[in-house]
Amino acid sequence: MSDTTSETTTRTTTRTVEFVKGLESKAPGGPIEQRWDKHRFEMKLVNPANRRRYTVIVVGSGLAGGAAAATLGEQGYNVLCFCYQDSPRRAHSIAAQGGINAAKNYRNDGDSVFRLFYDTVKGGDFRARESNVYRLAQVSVNIIDQCVAQGVPFAREYGGYLDNRSFGGAQVSRTFYARGQTGQQLLLGAYQALERQIAAGSVKMFPRTEMLDLVLVDGRARGIITRDMVTGKVERHVADAVVLATGGYGNVFYLSTNAKGCNTTAIWRAHRRGAFFGNPCFTQIHPTCIPVTGDHQSKLTLMSESLRNDGRIWVPKKRGDTRDPRQIPESERDYYLEERYPSFGNLVPRDVASRNAKQVCDEGRGVGPGGLGVYLDFADSIKRLGKAKIVERYGNLFDMYAQITGENPYETPMRIYPAIHYTMGGLWVDYNLMSTIPGLFVAGEANFSDHGANRLGASALMQGLADGYFVLPYTIANFLAQIKPGNLDTGHVAFAEAEAEVAQRTQQLLQINGKRTVDSFHRELGKIIWDECGMARNEAGLRKALQRIPELREEFWQNVRVPGESGELNQELEKAGRVADFLELGELMCIDALTRTESCGGHFREESQTEDGEALRDDANFSFVSAWEYTGNLAKPELHKEPLAFEYVKPSQRSYK
Amino acid sequence: MKLTLKVWRQKNSKTPGEFKTYAADHVSPDMSFLEMLDVVNQDLIVKGDEPIAFDHDCREGICGMCSLMINGVAHGPKKAITTCQLHMRSFSDGDTITIEPWRAMPFPIMKDLVVDRSSFDRIIQAGGYISASTGSAPDGNAIPVAKQDADKAMDAAACIGCGACVAACPNGSAMLFTAAKVAHLGFLPQGQAERHQRVVNMVATQDAEGFGNCTNIGECSSVCPKEISLDTIARLNRDLVVAALKGVEANV
Ligand SMILES: Cc1cc2nc3c(=O)[nH]c(=O)nc-3n(C[C@H](O)[C@H](O)[C@H](O)COP(=O)(O)OP(=O)(O)OC[C@H]3O[C@@H](n4cnc5c(N)ncnc54)[C@H](O)[C@@H]3O)c2cc1C
Ligand code: FES
Repeated sequence: MSDTTSETTTRTTTRTVEFVKGLESKAPGGPIEQRWDKHRFEMKLVNPANRRRYTVIVVGSGLAGGAAAATLGEQGYNVLCFCYQDSPRRAHSIAAQGGINAAKNYRNDGDSVFRLFYDTVKGGDFRARESNVYRLAQVSVNIIDQCVAQGVPFAREYGGYLDNRSFGGAQVSRTFYARGQTGQQLLLGAYQALERQIAAGSVKMFPRTEMLDLVLVDGRARGIITRDMVTGKVERHVADAVVLATGGYGNVFYLSTNAKGCNTTAIWRAHRRGAFFGNPCFTQIHPTCIPVTGDHQSKLTLMSESLRNDGRIWVPKKRGDTRDPRQIPESERDYYLEERYPSFGNLVPRDVASRNAKQVCDEGRGVGPGGLGVYLDFADSIKRLGKAKIVERYGNLFDMYAQITGENPYETPMRIYPAIHYTMGGLWVDYNLMSTIPGLFVAGEANFSDHGANRLGASALMQGLADGYFVLPYTIANFLAQIKPGNLDTGHVAFAEAEAEVAQRTQQLLQINGKRTVDSFHRELGKIIWDECGMARNEAGLRKALQRIPELREEFWQNVRVPGESGELNQELEKAGRVADFLELGELMCIDALTRTESCGGHFREESQTEDGEALRDDANFSFVSAWEYTGNLAKPELHKEPLAFEYVKPSQRSYK
Repeated sequence: MKLTLKVWRQKNSKTPGEFKTYAADHVSPDMSFLEMLDVVNQDLIVKGDEPIAFDHDCREGICGMCSLMINGVAHGPKKAITTCQLHMRSFSDGDTITIEPWRAMPFPIMKDLVVDRSSFDRIIQAGGYISASTGSAPDGNAIPVAKQDADKAMDAAACIGCGACVAACPNGSAMLFTAAKVAHLGFLPQGQAERHQRVVNMVATQDAEGFGNCTNIGECSSVCPKEISLDTIARLNRDLVVAALKGVEANV
């Protein structure tokens, strides 16, 4: 990969990170259970009468952004909130099904703030910051209270009290849920609070508006450049602080469980302006998704993990066995998870289940179109429990499966395959959720988060709402209290320059008028990342990807076809801008994966495994957060390390045998 | 499968639109309806034509972004699903399919099949919330909620705000949308304090936005992808009567 190749797309060459003096997490010391209280007390406050004079931009209206914008509005700040959908109610948080964790211990089954903290640090394979995780577990209890007060219709028991379930192999029942639509209901709670503030005039909402760049003045984040997705108008917005809550970047894989519009543009543009990117290669693959049916496939649908409680996973023992699964006798089936992990069986964690599915498919024993699938078989459960019980437990999931595949899972085994589902990586933030750019805060899935190298089920909703309702309102106030409000308008030269860059980039995309569609580039990139930086990674593959991605990016800028004009609703143009950024991010993910020669959580380096093929961490050399700085050369970002110390949870090796 | 599509094309809100006919020749029964449109669009782009604009995001029936009148029916021929969940195996080789945007005065067309549904947000702004600022909440279990009430609240709260109800209604009424929110919050003890002001304000805003009156035709509920019940409308009407008896007036 030559430097010149990378330079072709390096359109923002200014490096604005001189202010960074090492990576300080700013996490307070002292007993862990007192850190957040102590920090809250020490932080500065903004007088209620003064708050109106401060403007905060919140990009994103999902759980993190919606909650932050509503709360800051309630407190009296002047808030501008942006989303790319036609309404803030449609952010992708809406799609979360399973539930949200909280250390309420309503079940009296041994849960506590410390246990949730412990499980999260361990589940993250010891690559998260202890202070942040502890705070997350602490505020989890407030989240449930807040949501109930807003009218979130959580599931209830007959006595009228909140119901809980155990989720993702947790040993306690701490997951709160609203049928199979927990994300939807939590988001509607935040959305309604947000709409109330819009009506009150404290929040101004900009739907169908995409952030295309961040504006820095004197090294501080002071605004954004957006494109109105209906009129195409490029606009400038100024503020005293900027929050990015723009969700995850799983769509770099093209096929994922994310919504079609999910993107990396906001955080990637900020990265190019100086915000360090934390752990970009930490991505999570979910084992139970509906497999791909053909080249037309545009996204993947998640099936709840709970299916693994009663379904048995198997593939034929013989390669290329295309018989109807019902004709394959027991003796010719390989129940590989039960075989390899006798104590956990089909309930091994997400990463283990996913990797094993890949392995049997790589061996040529996968089932369904293209051999990319394994069976999830309910025949035994139906025999044991009766069909009625299965209908009661999973009826809606079975219907959804039948709807999508046209097959009846009561009659023939389901086919499942892993898919990318969540990105633990994101912009690096300190304990205050501030990035390496002063005044730029990052929340929800967009930051590198509290989940280390692997996220536990039902913990992303918790983190998004924790960040938005209970962390940012304090830490932003602390930041604002130390600066003068206003004193800048969008006439500043930094705005003019950023706007000109955005306009120029848009024009360039429209002028190429090449032969290939945006989607065809996106698909090809996704395939490279999935093959080389997906469930299992190795040096040769990553090097191959690092060769291919810059070439593909180069071709994109020569040969993409973006029809239409900039001054109108132009969905191909929107996609093109996003894919251009994915083509840059993909390279950084591979560089990060190549650099981290250990395996941890969702990051499995084939070179680093135990004798029986499990992920092998290397704490002596890799107990740190990778924070990458953009240098103007995509092939040569600079690595900064935030060392991780474990005072409360002693690192141990996971085992599921 | 080979299909013929008659698609509404309209450059923007100011230009009149018209139907154009397209051949979709490589349709697999496994494709979703939107994937079928993706494939048509890829061909249009390569040929140098403008692709068909349509709204979508989650593609799993929950965000409420997708729309489309398919052969005159909101979200197409199958019950209780959104357009993004519809698969081409519901059609037959050789079919002609007519595809139109939602048509209702308060949902102006922006381009092709894309409409402006921001009037729904304004109805919510008028009172579709419980005023509970962050930090003011008591313990989640402080107020028990009868399971039946929580379940009924959830049934109503399942609304995805897609607007199919309005598109299907001969009067262009948003009553099912508004009633679903009124019922969701009205079933919960937390929603009682603002119950009557809420319904009065939301209905007033709905009228001001230009939505038609509800004459109990029921098309709305029959196309609703989440099967929101007409009972919610009956509840809304009862709440309105009580509000009138109490002398509650709109203040939006
Ligand atoms: C299918 C699925 C199921 C899941 N189930 C669970 C579960 O059961 N439990 C759990 O805890 N987690 C679950 N997760 C994960 C969880 O839902 C997400 O991590 C979380 O909701 C992300 O919230 P967010 O606020 O960070 O981002 P999002 O909800 O994705 O919001 C992003 C916001 O940013 C806006 N935006 C993005 N880019 C731009 C831009 N350039 N300009 C302007 N605006 C922009 C969008 O419009 C949107 O408003 C699930 C995820 C998926 C995909
Ligand atoms: S695209 Fe989200 S409901 Fe259809």
